[in-house]
Amino acid sequence: MEGLVTALQARIGVSRSHGFSLDVDVSIEPGVTVALLGPNGAGKSTTVSAIAGLVPVDAGRIQLGNMVLDEPSTDTFVPPEQRRIGVVFQDNLLFPRLTVLENVAFGPRSRGVRRAQAVDAARAWMTRLGLAGLETQRPADLSGGQAQRVALARALVLEPDLLLLDEPLSALDVTTRIHHRRVLAEHLRGFAGPRLLITHDPTEAFLLADVVYLIEDGVITQTGTADEIRLRPKTRYAADLAGSNLISGSADDGRVDVGVFSLSIADHDVTGPVLLNIHPNAVSVHRGKPEGSQRNTWRTSIEVVESLGDRVRLLTGVPLPLTVEVTREAMQALSLWPGVAIWLAIKATEIGVEEEG
Amino acid sequence: MLLGGLGLALFVVPLFGLLWQAPWSDIPGLIGSPVVTEALGLSVVASLSATIIALLVGVPLAWLLARVEFPGRRLVRGLVLLPLVLPPVVGGAALLFALGRRGVIGGPLHELTGLVLPFSIWGVVLATTFVAMPFLVITVEGALRNLDQRYERAAASLGAGRWTVLRRVTLPMIGPSVTAGLVLTWARAFGEFGATITFAGNLPGRTQTLPLAVFVALESDRAVAVAISLLMVAVSLAVLITLRERWWKVL
Repeated sequence: MEGLVTALQARIGVSRSHGFSLDVDVSIEPGVTVALLGPNGAGKSTTVSAIAGLVPVDAGRIQLGNMVLDEPSTDTFVPPEQRRIGVVFQDNLLFPRLTVLENVAFGPRSRGVRRAQAVDAARAWMTRLGLAGLETQRPADLSGGQAQRVALARALVLEPDLLLLDEPLSALDVTTRIHHRRVLAEHLRGFAGPRLLITHDPTEAFLLADVVYLIEDGVITQTGTADEIRLRPKTRYAADLAGSNLISGSADDGRVDVGVFSLSIADHDVTGPVLLNIHPNAVSVHRGKPEGSQRNTWRTSIEVVESLGDRVRLLTGVPLPLTVEVTREAMQALSLWPGVAIWLAIKATEIGVEEEG
Repeated sequence: MLLGGLGLALFVVPLFGLLWQAPWSDIPGLIGSPVVTEALGLSVVASLSATIIALLVGVPLAWLLARVEFPGRRLVRGLVLLPLVLPPVVGGAALLFALGRRGVIGGPLHELTGLVLPFSIWGVVLATTFVAMPFLVITVEGALRNLDQRYERAAASLGAGRWTVLRRVTLPMIGPSVTAGLVLTWARAFGEFGATITFAGNLPGRTQTLPLAVFVALESDRAVAVAISLLMVAVSLAVLITLRERWWKVL
């Protein structure tokens, strides 16, 4: 199996005249999904362009399998059309004047495959991605999810050694994003090579990727699994991302079973598997049992205390490990140190609920 | 509102005058006369030729201006737009000095090939192209500038070479603008007067286009002038109506 020997090793240095510079080091083993997660303007798209060959690197080396794609020090540069890389672009970028079938067959056709063979391959991939019957449609007539899968089919039909996905779900509306994220996760698992996902959405990164690289101002600031980053954020940005305390559970009539106990949520209609999102600022910390009726309260202890300048981040222990943020004054007033027993409280209305079913 | 109405009147009143003056019963005969049919044929051939030439060289020129960085690009863009603001008579005179029989280029050209551009149908085509092509160039250049270049990069990442990208992605995407530019160019070429009469003269059957025929007829036979004018209005309207779908979309 050819796909099993191709790992991506990329050290990408790009400098621009207006002061922006990118210095990123990424390695991805076959079958592994890495997410490059960062705010807008951090250098994510430049990274994609460099790996795809649309922007040459100024320094470093990009290697896929045993083929060096770009290495300025040895004057090596493989043009994009000779790289075995499939790219799903942000906003999909389906060619508006071509049919869906022509879009999917575009890659093989451009690489000199005969029309009949290209069309066969395109049809096969469309069927595989559940797009059969849409061959003669124009991209403008597709739903967001269909367009996203057409973009994926267009990339996969070339049977690439590496899959690059640049904000693949950003064009989809929020209500269908969860569904399409699951579909995408399935198709990613079906791809044997290394996969690089570019995103600014922590949920997307944490749910789709095996390893997350945080990128800020052109450099990688932290690497790790979703849990490692959530529980041990190294930068302010990482700490903000960790804001997504993501907890999976099962909802029924306004209560969500999260394992050892259950939480009240505002929405009574949702049932089945859900993903809860609890922001660290939404949780209040008390030394004694808090007053009030409509609140979720429980007793726990402080495991770790981390300073974030004027705010402090607490990692709490069983029964429901959470990241909680308080002000420095509150920390001092309540004597919040590691090992101290505390009560946590959160209003039902402060818990974000996303249906997973 | 009043001023707007006045503005509208400015467009409508002349057209109304034309229709009022029309000797409706005589029109078929007037239009069928050899002077008119010859002028019509010449106008159609010359304006279409100018449009085709504009397509062949104007689109590459627009590409150059929109996509290729070169020193003096702004100056070149200014030069391309010059015919839009230049009095057509001046344009015709300039053509004459450059390409006339004793012109800078026209002289040697005549020596070498015996070709004489002024006062021939080639002169008509050249003069109308000179005046009309900027419409295509600016329309297409604008479209190329506004085109999201990420599509072209996507095509490149899929393995398309520059020619394939141009043929299958870029041109289809700017297609409506090219059409609009061609219509504008054709309309301008069809009605061209000043540069044509200066450079190519006013020889019936050889270089006399419809607008020139109108001008001559106004002096001799007003009914013929009205008939030709109506013919031109009809042809122009027909083209606009045929292409209106694409037309509105772009404008």
